[in-house]
Amino acid sequence: MSIDLSQFHQVFYEESYEGLDAMEQGLLDLDLVDPDAEVINTIFRAAHSMKGGAGTFGFTHVAEFTHVLETLLDQIRSGQRAMSQGIQNLLLTSVDCIRGLMQGLQSGAEADLTDAHDLKQQFEAILSNETPADVSDETIDTNQTSVEEETGGSGWHIRFIPELTLLQTGNEPVRMFRQLADACDGQMKISVDTTRLPVFTSMDPEMCYLVWEVQVDKAIDRSVIDEIFEWVIDDAEIIITPLGESSVIKEVVEPVPQAIQPKEEKTLSKPVEKEKPSTKQPAKTQESSSIRVSIDKVDSLINMVGELVITQSMLGQLGQNFDITRVQRLQEGLAQLEHNTRELQESVMKIRMMPISFVFSRFPRLVRDVSISLDKKINLEMSGENTELDKTVMEKIGDPMVHLIRNSIDHGIEMPADRIAAGKAETGTVKLDAYHQSGNIVIEIKDDGAGLNTDRILQKAIENGLVAEGANLSQEQIFDLIFQPGFSTADVVSDLSGRGVGMDVVRRNIAALNGSIEVSSERGKGSRFVIRLPLTLAILDGQLVQVGKEIYIFPLVSIVESIQLDDLSINNVGGHSDVLQLRDEYVPIVHLDDIFNIANEKRPIEESIIVVVETDGEKIGVVVDELLGQQQVVIKSLEENYKRVDGISGATILGDGTVALIVDISSLTKMSGASSKIIDGSHKAA
Amino acid sequence: MAKILAVDDSASMRQMVSFTLKGAGHDVVEASDGSEALRIAQGQGVDLVLSDVNMPNMNGIELCKNLRQLPNYKFTPILMLTTESAGDKKMEGKSAGATGWIVKPFNPDQLLTTIKKVLG
Amino acid sequence: MSEVSEIIDTEVSSAQDDGILTEQYLTFIMSGEEYGVDILAVQEIRGWESATPIPNSPKFIKGVINLRGTIVPIIDLRQRFDLAEIEYGDETVVVVLRIYTQNGTRTMGIIVDAISDVYDVPIGDARNTGMGDNQNSNFIKGLVTVNKHMVILLELENLLTIED
Repeated sequence: MSIDLSQFHQVFYEESYEGLDAMEQGLLDLDLVDPDAEVINTIFRAAHSMKGGAGTFGFTHVAEFTHVLETLLDQIRSGQRAMSQGIQNLLLTSVDCIRGLMQGLQSGAEADLTDAHDLKQQFEAILSNETPADVSDETIDTNQTSVEEETGGSGWHIRFIPELTLLQTGNEPVRMFRQLADACDGQMKISVDTTRLPVFTSMDPEMCYLVWEVQVDKAIDRSVIDEIFEWVIDDAEIIITPLGESSVIKEVVEPVPQAIQPKEEKTLSKPVEKEKPSTKQPAKTQESSSIRVSIDKVDSLINMVGELVITQSMLGQLGQNFDITRVQRLQEGLAQLEHNTRELQESVMKIRMMPISFVFSRFPRLVRDVSISLDKKINLEMSGENTELDKTVMEKIGDPMVHLIRNSIDHGIEMPADRIAAGKAETGTVKLDAYHQSGNIVIEIKDDGAGLNTDRILQKAIENGLVAEGANLSQEQIFDLIFQPGFSTADVVSDLSGRGVGMDVVRRNIAALNGSIEVSSERGKGSRFVIRLPLTLAILDGQLVQVGKEIYIFPLVSIVESIQLDDLSINNVGGHSDVLQLRDEYVPIVHLDDIFNIANEKRPIEESIIVVVETDGEKIGVVVDELLGQQQVVIKSLEENYKRVDGISGATILGDGTVALIVDISSLTKMSGASSKIIDGSHKAA
Repeated sequence: MAKILAVDDSASMRQMVSFTLKGAGHDVVEASDGSEALRIAQGQGVDLVLSDVNMPNMNGIELCKNLRQLPNYKFTPILMLTTESAGDKKMEGKSAGATGWIVKPFNPDQLLTTIKKVLG
Repeated sequence: MSEVSEIIDTEVSSAQDDGILTEQYLTFIMSGEEYGVDILAVQEIRGWESATPIPNSPKFIKGVINLRGTIVPIIDLRQRFDLAEIEYGDETVVVVLRIYTQNGTRTMGIIVDAISDVYDVPIGDARNTGMGDNQNSNFIKGLVTVNKHMVILLELENLLTIED
């Protein structure tokens, strides 16, 4: 029977990734001076498990590589070798390497073994440096018999003298003899020797007193016999002689460990650099298409569906013989339905929710690596790891967060010497926090570094032509400049950040998740980035508006305010664009029907409402006829059967079954060509 | 048709062993570490125990020792799944009372052949 | 619209009996001409109700409708062919088509004047149009004669692809 082992591969990959995470966590947590034995054990077991599984499923290269790790870890856990930062680094780099190998296996790509090979050599160098006290695990069990005889002429004679306690190992001589009989097609004779059997009264039934003589009359291989008795070699005296030999050669079969020559002293090919951390890119979190859900969530879902079925059947019955007197029952039923539906919706959304710790867990490693390579001292504090958010949102927020944290470390936190000079503690602190707030998840990244240098930022913006010379910008506006494409104040483009492609991409990625990012900072004290994300991607809190014959949806998160106005506050600029004066700024007016090319009767502006929306720090005022209600809408794709439309981010189905389009504020702003922000100073209200 | 207790902290190994043995017509109970296995063994009788050596909470060697203390398990075949071909691990197993061992990695056929040795 | 599905069922079974390799086409009338589409692409036929207009879309895109939870765009076939527009009436129907492209499946509806019939057309019978290379000829797979009148067979993938 041949079993297809590939069905178990996926589970193996998943548990290996978990094991690798556990290894990494353990290695990061390890106190190098006084390592916790249990942590070392955990790390060892993870490597051991992966080796076993990889071997079983035929992933030889992984098995071979993990084997050296396991060997080293075994020495450490048995106290033969001490842990060191060099070993810690090597192990961390190996974790990355194995992750890469696993991903390669999963995707079916050709394995790139160069890194594994390099690392393996480093391991072997370490291992060969000291001959550990024990025999190295290359010991091979060899049954060395003094007489090399494969076949015993015409058969064998076996005298089997078990130790009295043989049975207590669970071994049963009769089973072994049966196997022997199978091996020689029954051509054997067996007799029992009861000499050892004591008087019945003093017999212990759990002891094996019997001794057997077996004669095998078939020329089977000696190795076959050895294999049958291999487990009981130490629990029995087994005398095997080939038939036809006059002298009985007493061969006591014993395992003889091969003498191991200590490996030649190799000069270390690559000295493990003390300062070099594992700078290999931490493997990108796999965007997996499966999700682990706790049983409770599933049970609660089942309950809710049950209740929904009850409500449905009740309404069904009501509908069968309906008359107007039963309208109240109907209303009650519908209220019940609404309640069930809402609970079900919450319940289902919870399934996609996972604690943010899954993405936070990347960061201790990141902070460690980055701070080592920059020679800075950084302490990472995390809180709110249990805050839950949608799995897809979480997978997509990881990279922006990595960028922000790198930024904090690279640009925010000062060098230890500078910090001391500024009267701060030598070790900088980066704080991560996550919590729920009014239906959103809020993620904060705070540092106690130097804060944003508004002068440098402004200067750079002028250099890049983003801002005119002599422009008068508020502090917020200056902070906002860092999100402009191509912007970076780093003098030298460091490997980590400062390539100037970072912050605008961060903001765009967050906007793509229907979220927002804000920055606040105090010179010399530190900076704070606040990311707000909706709890799920498929649902949007929307404001319904009427424009002509159509209903549109504005994302609630983008609405600043709505104004009903009189004509006086509208100024006309350059003969074609209207501008609204809103307190101390001017906001361009946008007519949706113009931009969308939808025929509409023009309403006089006094009867219209202006909805001021904001995106990417830019405000525009959109003219609408009426404000309708606010509601949660389910986002449906327009692209699925049509294509991407500028100004529209999706569609939804209203209660009456008709389709309403969801406005993409950022795209709309671009389409309108309006730019309220980067204007020369003359437009600033006096 | 025997009842087999399969103990390994690796889910993929458990699944593979379980699948293989069930396919051969046996009944399989799984445990992910020694203490879980011991609890299960105390609750029901099994005909054979297959156990990994390295596991959290209670490793295979400890499990074996503890099982041998139970009156029902004095003579039950207990096989250790070990990746180590080193003699000392096998010795440890034997002195804990194990019946024998299976060396990892093994394929399903090897597994079946080996358990035949103890199940007759 | 159950009569249409009945027609489709009977036609399918009779075609299989004949033993000739044929394709089946659902045909409809527009501006006096008869057009046909591969019946396997027809998902359903609905009456016309209003559609939500799409900003900055070509004139022949009437908008989108809700088809059991999916957003489906609707094309006015007359306008697609630059024919004169008419008022939609009781006979106006939307033929919902589903085609398989290299990018996946796409569902779209086309507004036609009225449904005509279902025909079996032997494969290979469609003749080239000889209409030259004007814009509309991309939408036409070929011409075929059924019962002595001409049916224009439509090439759906081109028809339902909206150029940018």
